[in-house]
Amino acid sequence: MKAVITILAVVALASVPLWLRDPYLLNALITTGIFVIGAMSLNLLLGFTGQLSLGHIAFFGIGAYVSALTSLGFDVGLPGGFRVVHEPWPPIIGLVFAILAAGLCGYFVGLLSFRVRGAYFVIVTISFAEVVRLVALNWVELTQGPLALTNIPSIALPLPGLSELTLRTKMQNYYLVLVVALIAYLLIARLVRSHFGRAMRGLMENETLAVSVGIDVTKTLTLAAVISAAIAGAAGSLYAHYIRIIDPEVFAFINTVTMVIMVISGGKGSLAGPVVGGLIFGLLPVALRPVMAPEAQWIAYGGVLMAILFVLPRGIVPSLAQRLTRRRSGAKALALTETGVEERA
Amino acid sequence: MIARSVAMTIEQVAVRFGGLVAISDMSFTVGEGEIVSLIGPNGAGKTTAFNVMTGFLTPSAGRVTYRDTALNGLKPHEIADLGLIRTFQRTSVFPNDTVYDNLLIGLHRQGRVRLLDAILGLPSARASERKLRQRAGELIEWVGLERRAHDAAGSLSYGEQRLVGVALALAAEPSMLLLDEPVSGMNASETHRFVELIRSIRDRGITILLVEHDMPMVMTVSDRIVVLNYGRIIAEGTPELIRNDPAVIEAYLGHGAARA
Repeated sequence: MKAVITILAVVALASVPLWLRDPYLLNALITTGIFVIGAMSLNLLLGFTGQLSLGHIAFFGIGAYVSALTSLGFDVGLPGGFRVVHEPWPPIIGLVFAILAAGLCGYFVGLLSFRVRGAYFVIVTISFAEVVRLVALNWVELTQGPLALTNIPSIALPLPGLSELTLRTKMQNYYLVLVVALIAYLLIARLVRSHFGRAMRGLMENETLAVSVGIDVTKTLTLAAVISAAIAGAAGSLYAHYIRIIDPEVFAFINTVTMVIMVISGGKGSLAGPVVGGLIFGLLPVALRPVMAPEAQWIAYGGVLMAILFVLPRGIVPSLAQRLTRRRSGAKALALTETGVEERA
Repeated sequence: MIARSVAMTIEQVAVRFGGLVAISDMSFTVGEGEIVSLIGPNGAGKTTAFNVMTGFLTPSAGRVTYRDTALNGLKPHEIADLGLIRTFQRTSVFPNDTVYDNLLIGLHRQGRVRLLDAILGLPSARASERKLRQRAGELIEWVGLERRAHDAAGSLSYGEQRLVGVALALAAEPSMLLLDEPVSGMNASETHRFVELIRSIRDRGITILLVEHDMPMVMTVSDRIVVLNYGRIIAEGTPELIRNDPAVIEAYLGHGAARA
């Protein structure tokens, strides 16, 4: 049942560029897709370990900058009279570096903050994002500061036996984002169903008990942070090579908030949640643009979020799934739900 | 009595919270394969002693040794790796998961496969996963919760949650099990079944240290009893000896218990 829905959804998403020719809408879908990848990575932390990263956009932005700089090249002076000169490399290597760099940052942020969790983790992540934004803004020699890195090359795929395929059209980029999103989805799915995922769930539900059966808190949570950050870095890299211009505004707090909204509305802790929430809140501005002013759009945005959480308090996917099972197995499922609600209260 | 080799040694352990002395100068040993009970009035320091032995608390003085490894400074999960596993007084389950999934989480120590193998779904990871599922099924059967296997652990009765807690502890393959008030909240027949369970755990060669208030149960199941009062040991010996110890009767059992 679940597998059928997943396959149908993938087929539906893959068919979009075949019937949708409007470049504006395709563009909206591509950027939405990139943010959905970011939301999925955030969900790994928020939904499966219960840790809220309010600086998640930092990993995304680091991925974007690392990837852009790898493919553009740079020439910067370091303290002590050293100069680092880097010749442009293919963007696909930039993508790999983006994943590694963001993952490494995730490791340090995780290691630092998981000794003291909860609110401290939230604060460390916010500060981290702000520090990274300030670096991007002020290290003008490397990042061009507010002048932005421009002319970032599109991603080119080396095809065996043929020449490179540079992804310039919207359709090509759509499929690139779709493929990366699928890989991220499968990676997270496999991870949370493995014994690492069970360790994360155990820690979230009852940390003392989890520790007593031999689960290592720091190791488990740091691992989740590394993978989450690495996926966000990949999304950032896609963003840089698709938009082809990147400035420190990418680190804006509102971008993190958007991802959090996508996760919460879709349903944290469910694999499909960030995808559903991401599609709704990524495409809502497109739907609202013809009918209302930007300021009114923000109000509508908030209204939709409140409406979703009012009707489906656990987020769209878990709430709907729960209603389905309840209808199927009646009172027993109801009892289950109620203990779940109690837990939350 | 047969001379046993010593599994755990508690030497001159003291725990102070600010000015409050929770445990002062506690020393005793637990032999391999023995069932030892730690009893005493509320606030005597029993749970504190458990917390020290399992790394949830660092003692202010003294040391705990398990099978020649000093436990001081080890984290709880590292102590669990030595085979020293505990259950908890109150929160004994992962409430939102099914009983079956609870045990899969509890089998963490057995299920360690490399991350990449798990993500790629390699045969070794799948084989390990199959083994875990089989083991989880066995453990559920062993504590007699087959009918509840697919219910959320949080929806179980108090006594049943206790059983899940014990199964979880057993899933971690302990060589020594520390049970914190396992039968509180159980009715007489549940308690009786639980005593059988404890005996069969010991028959598997697992050492047991028990904290419990249910005196008839403690007297039946224990090889030896250690009595704590105000953070210090006031008596130690076989159930027969403890039952008739004047200091214990004064502090804890009351004069009715001598006839019980």
